[in-house]
Amino acid sequence: MTTIAPPDDQRTSAADVSTPPARRRRGRGADPTPIWLGIIGALVALYLVLPTLIVIPMSFSEATTFVFPPKGNSLWLYRNFFTGDKWLESLQNSFVVAVLAAVLATAVGTSAALGLHQLRGRVARLIRSVLMFPILTPSIVIATAVYISFLKWHLTGTLTGYVFAHAALATPLVLVSVTSALGTFDATYLRASASLGASPWRSFLTVTLPLISRGVATGAVLAFVTSFDEVVIALFLRSPKFQTLPVQMYNSVVVDIDPTIAASSSLIVVTVSLIFLVALLVGARKQRR
Amino acid sequence: MTTSRSRRSDSGPRSPLPGAQAAAGSSGNGLAGRVVAGLRRVRWPSAGWLLVIPAVVLLGGVLGVPLWQSFWRSIQTVIPLGEPGTPGFTLDHYRSLFTDGVTLKVLARTAKAAAIVTIVTLILGYPYAYLMTRVGPRARGVLVVLVLMPFWTSALARNFGWLILLYDGGLVQSLLGLFGFENVTLYGTAAGVTLAMSQVLLPYMVLPLFSALGGIDRRLLLAARSLGSPPLVAFWKVYWPLSRGGVAAGLILVFTLACGFYVTPALIGSPRESLVAQLLGQRTTQLLDFAGAGALGTLVLVITLVLVAWANRVGGSVATIGVSVAGQTRSAR
Repeated sequence: MTTIAPPDDQRTSAADVSTPPARRRRGRGADPTPIWLGIIGALVALYLVLPTLIVIPMSFSEATTFVFPPKGNSLWLYRNFFTGDKWLESLQNSFVVAVLAAVLATAVGTSAALGLHQLRGRVARLIRSVLMFPILTPSIVIATAVYISFLKWHLTGTLTGYVFAHAALATPLVLVSVTSALGTFDATYLRASASLGASPWRSFLTVTLPLISRGVATGAVLAFVTSFDEVVIALFLRSPKFQTLPVQMYNSVVVDIDPTIAASSSLIVVTVSLIFLVALLVGARKQRR
Repeated sequence: MTTSRSRRSDSGPRSPLPGAQAAAGSSGNGLAGRVVAGLRRVRWPSAGWLLVIPAVVLLGGVLGVPLWQSFWRSIQTVIPLGEPGTPGFTLDHYRSLFTDGVTLKVLARTAKAAAIVTIVTLILGYPYAYLMTRVGPRARGVLVVLVLMPFWTSALARNFGWLILLYDGGLVQSLLGLFGFENVTLYGTAAGVTLAMSQVLLPYMVLPLFSALGGIDRRLLLAARSLGSPPLVAFWKVYWPLSRGGVAAGLILVFTLACGFYVTPALIGSPRESLVAQLLGQRTTQLLDFAGAGALGTLVLVITLVLVAWANRVGGSVATIGVSVAGQTRSAR
């Protein structure tokens, strides 16, 4: 953990070295960054990171409780995770729900972003803010309302119910990331391709889509992670027959006191962090180009 | 905004489907050709509107209808199952929110908890955001990734991590013991919940702050110092007033989000000190008081939307912040 916090200082000095010596001296002399500021930053960074990282050592514990520090060194929690029906099944459910919800949200959100990009005026602006609604609404309000209605529609505890609820939740994220990709999109390309005889659909596939692909991909990843992580609505829609991984993890703390959650948590933390770091690095390289 | 305006002027009033004519032209003369020609004469809604429909249907059907039904139930009288009669209009469910003696207490507790969380995030977030403006681009990248960490890590993994840290005999308790605070209980207390919630909400404070602080010309501060002002006075009189927009946006944003927390108080807090989200969940699934839940949900939603509109006015769109967090590198929900 400590190796993560200090890079602040190292990186600063690295950045300073690359600046011309004269400017560097001036920066240091008249207006230095106080040391206490670096210390506070490091402490806050630790505060941000520690609760997430602590699940990793816990996952190798031999104990059957949640007490830190972990005792022993074993992989039995992982064995539990990959052999226990409950865990594997809920992982599978989560994965299927997240993939389907991400596909639906990406299609619908990309289409809406393209549509709104062509539209002007008050109504279009209103629709855009209405579509952002799920981001701002407390998820418990959505969850309780959706639960009661889905009960009537017989959608609780079904794959369909989960997919629709999660897709609706994730659509605004796709909308925003595709919209920002469209911000740099030049509409004259479309007229060029149309003047060369391409149909709108062909223009979309061969001109628009490649140019906004990064925004679409970001949106899809966000939608997947949003659905995969979503707890509150999932808690209300669960049934004994169908539940997702976050619900299983919730139960393992509240109901079962099952330490397998440590293995599950660290698997998720590592996987999701890798996805985001790769996305970040790819994005950074593209930007530099 | 400016780019969209210029785009409008250069694409003009032309057809939104630039290839429509080319496609139709290729379909020949026969009946199909005449149908296509006829269809072309009809004034279709522009393609833009058609593209928006799926999203409106999805969000309207999955979220809009349930929220509307929930509101509708909250203003109607409840008819016991199996008895005849049509429900009438009533405001009793709202009246009972204020008279049942529980809801108001929980709302006050929630507001207090959210206010404490908001202040903690400001105290931790301000120096952090300031540091972000002072370091080189690489270190700033690292600081951004770190601050977004709570954002992209699974909510349950993170809450489980806090549970381990805060457990009796856990790391935080031992750490406090080193400083002479023996046996401070955090698990199952409001203090523990505050610590955990502040961590998750820190990005929502740091990001608006960073965008506000990044726009401040530091030379103003140096000028004040060179005119003999002590550092703290220079900060208070010059820097702080310029940062107030970002501070206000962050405060409102964090407060709003904190009011809706469900999982963290449920896992780390005590059931005796439930917050409004738990009350809402309990009314729905345990008491099956759907009308009462509808009234409470509507109240929470209205408060949230008012606060969000306020934050939007004060500084920066909340939605953009939420998603630039999520999107940019993510973020967050």
